[in-house]
Amino acid sequence: MVYAMLAVSLDLLAGHTGLLSVAQAAFLGVGAYTSALLVTVLGASFVVGLLGSIVMAVSVSVAVSVPSLRLQDNYFVILTFAFQMVVGDVLNNWTEVTRGPRGIPQIPQPVILGWHVTSHLDFLILATALTCFAYFVVFRVTGSPFGRVLHAIREDEMFAKAHGKNTLYFKVVAFAVSAALAAMAGSLYAHYISYIDPTSFTIMESILIISMVIIGGAGSMWGPLVGAFVLVTLPEALRFVGLPSAIGANLRQIIYGSLLVIMMVFRPRGLMGRYGFGR
Amino acid sequence: MKAGTMATLKCNALCMSFDGVQALSDVIVELPTSGIVAIIGPNGAGKTTLLNVLTGFLRPEAGQVFLGQRELTGLPAHRIARLGVARTFQDLRLISLVSLLENVLLARPNQKGEKLLHALFRFGVAAEESKNREAAVRLIRFVGLEGKEDQPAGELSYGQQKLLTLACCLATEARILLLDEPVAGVHPEMVSQILALLRKLRDEGKLVVFIEHDLGAVRQVADHVIVMDQGRIIAQGKPNEVLDRPEIIEAYVG
Repeated sequence: MVYAMLAVSLDLLAGHTGLLSVAQAAFLGVGAYTSALLVTVLGASFVVGLLGSIVMAVSVSVAVSVPSLRLQDNYFVILTFAFQMVVGDVLNNWTEVTRGPRGIPQIPQPVILGWHVTSHLDFLILATALTCFAYFVVFRVTGSPFGRVLHAIREDEMFAKAHGKNTLYFKVVAFAVSAALAAMAGSLYAHYISYIDPTSFTIMESILIISMVIIGGAGSMWGPLVGAFVLVTLPEALRFVGLPSAIGANLRQIIYGSLLVIMMVFRPRGLMGRYGFGR
Repeated sequence: MKAGTMATLKCNALCMSFDGVQALSDVIVELPTSGIVAIIGPNGAGKTTLLNVLTGFLRPEAGQVFLGQRELTGLPAHRIARLGVARTFQDLRLISLVSLLENVLLARPNQKGEKLLHALFRFGVAAEESKNREAAVRLIRFVGLEGKEDQPAGELSYGQQKLLTLACCLATEARILLLDEPVAGVHPEMVSQILALLRKLRDEGKLVVFIEHDLGAVRQVADHVIVMDQGRIIAQGKPNEVLDRPEIIEAYVG
């Protein structure tokens, strides 16, 4: 569910606006840490932590995107890569606040208006609700005149500019919404797992999320959900094959890689997608 | 915006060079408030560069662009478009995957539905959208593409795509239209259709500036001709006065 949320959030950026970001895990981390610290250090409630993580992600994303989105798309990818690395370093080394590699333990389970979210079923309900919310946001945004401009930016930014659209503004807003949804997922993740450390928010995670969007199909309604489902269930399915774990883990990486290559060659639009990368 | 309704577009001492090649040198133009102006000249004369500078897609190395009293130099392209100066591109720029209607809708100005909160909560967006839809359908009919509203733009013929870019341009409600080769490479019947549209727009009080190589088309519709060569304006005036001068013919042939 967390991955579904992340995939949907990245799809707004990559699928609909044509901006590939490799920093989605960084925003997941920003959200998870903000929420965890607000709750464990300041004793705030889960709802405050969740809102705080969204506010934090939006502020950080705007600070990153306003200068970097002035660049061409390829350089933007590199900048999101740099940002991803910076977040990783901050989480590891700013030990006074983030406790570095030791991570943050004992993150309490969420309480929302008296509802104690404790069992797996409770979490499933909460995660489903938040995923639906993320889905609703992306669906409403992309189906509106706002989304029309995002699609135009993906297809031909000059065309949008020539017709009076401030494309920088649209890209910054899309990036911020995408970051906010990722942070929301991060907050949920932190309170579900109850212990977070920097290893959960590395570039590898970002790439996994990108794979979900690409395999599922960028810019489509169900694509990111399908992609998330396939890539989350794949390792479980492999377990049943009965390989020793040492081989299984490596095999998984090989299968991810081959799957991506196969998708790019035979169906660049993804399983459900309408548009492909690399026109 | 209304204050600038009859403002003239002009530029002063524009200079621009690419890798040492002077694309514009000291170009001074004052365009009329309405009518049809043709810009002609051999390849590499700086016609498209001039258009790119006037619309903010290129920043000039020296000189200024004005719309009435207002300086446009250095403004981003989308701001200039909103001030009522729209353009088309030589290489057709359209969103070819989506319908004609969506292309024209995109170009409509001041849409509330383009703000994030409006997109999420949809206050009054439906009403605005249906009004814009009507306007878009009207424009598609105006350029003679009625019945094709829901077809993907990429399926149109080359000439039809040129008509569509014109419709998108008009959808911005700009009063000044800068068209980069609107009839080049188009079937002769379609040429006369497009030229007729340009006349209609002039009669509505718009200023139409177009770049063209076909002198026959220029003679037919232009009220004023600007001749460029090697980044300079070498002549301007009424078509029949300018086009018969020997040095102009020579610049073209030689």
